[in-house]
Amino acid sequence: MVTVLNRNAELRQRAWDAAASVVDPEIPVLTIADLGVLRDVVVDEDHVEVAITPTYSGCPAMNMIALEIEIALERAGFRRPSVRTVLSPAWTTDWMSEEGRQKLRAYGIAPPQASNSRRALFGEQAVECPQCGSGNTELLSEFGSTSCKALWRCKACREPFDYFKCH
Amino acid sequence: MPVANVQVSETPQVLYALRRADDALILGHRLSEWCGHAPMLEEDMALSNIALDLIGQAREFYTYAAKIEGKDNDEDKLAYLRDVRQYRNLLLVEQPNGDFAQTLVRQFFYSAFADLYWRAMMNSRDATLAAIAAKSEKESAYHLRHASEWIIRLGDGTEESHVRAQAAIDHLWAFTGEMFAVDAGERDLIRAGIAIDPEGLRGRWLNTVSGVIGEATLTFPQNDWMQQGGRVGRHSEHLGHLLSELQSMQRIFPGLTW
Repeated sequence: MVTVLNRNAELRQRAWDAAASVVDPEIPVLTIADLGVLRDVVVDEDHVEVAITPTYSGCPAMNMIALEIEIALERAGFRRPSVRTVLSPAWTTDWMSEEGRQKLRAYGIAPPQASNSRRALFGEQAVECPQCGSGNTELLSEFGSTSCKALWRCKACREPFDYFKCH
Repeated sequence: MPVANVQVSETPQVLYALRRADDALILGHRLSEWCGHAPMLEEDMALSNIALDLIGQAREFYTYAAKIEGKDNDEDKLAYLRDVRQYRNLLLVEQPNGDFAQTLVRQFFYSAFADLYWRAMMNSRDATLAAIAAKSEKESAYHLRHASEWIIRLGDGTEESHVRAQAAIDHLWAFTGEMFAVDAGERDLIRAGIAIDPEGLRGRWLNTVSGVIGEATLTFPQNDWMQQGGRVGRHSEHLGHLLSELQSMQRIFPGLTW
């Protein structure tokens, strides 16, 4: 019995590691574990099910991510893997790991800030330039190259940059 | 060989999900028409992003509608194989893009409503509706801020932008009343704690809208006669043209997949 439990725990860990290695196709420095998109892995005898939560309702990367998870699990030796989408609780940028935030910054994308002022209709945000670290920045466009990003500009080093918006 | 429309068993719950889905899909499609045509690159991206959010919301509601209907339908069939009279969206969202002001005023009226509506729906007794609402309300907050900033910029901008923004408000105002109307079936769902009573949101909606319109130095029209019909399939002539484009591939190549 104990051996079976251990065996299951070990299988689950292997499945988790395989799923967690999948990266966001739009931001390939982040894994779905860094993003907080990977929610759960359930293993029973001959089946593994991975639960993910979508970031934005219409984010086209989600289909790709689901496919990549199935491929990663098959490669790790799991047959008939499946991916389930869970909507609740809704994904938030608060779930992004500290490691993920550092990777984003190193990649040139400003990581999401604490989201408590999001509700203000015309709230002020303070975003640091990922290039030079200056706080002297301005918003160029609330919507950027993907659903999750806004376009900003640094007034100190004059470089434009992406900001991963709070959600 | 024309493809037959699907039939939908419109129980109050199915209809409720379908109306939310149709609003989001049709408005999302309208916004997607700007892709490659917006006055500047940032706006091209903004409108396309908002369109994506809305189409994503539509997919969730269609999938749920098909699930509670429990027949052979799915999100694609519901979107691609229903004709004009089977669509249940607000007349507001199917109105043509017009000029940039008209697109943004339409978005502003809808987003100011959706923002309140999704936030209220997060407390629905129906767990799936509550979950879809929790996702959608985060998105609508950005949509509302984007549209509000543009209303102020256009209204309090040049003489030309002011005139156009005012004309858009005057033209679209008569389509806003439908957002607050419910039928008997929906009334029952409201009593059961599943659906949201839009009447309870009217005061706050008016507050948001009049605040922004006032700051934009614009005014409301005096006319308070309201147009209705979309919720029961009586649409303006514009929806048929929109659907003919949206559905053309599935009508020509039934069951086509990417």
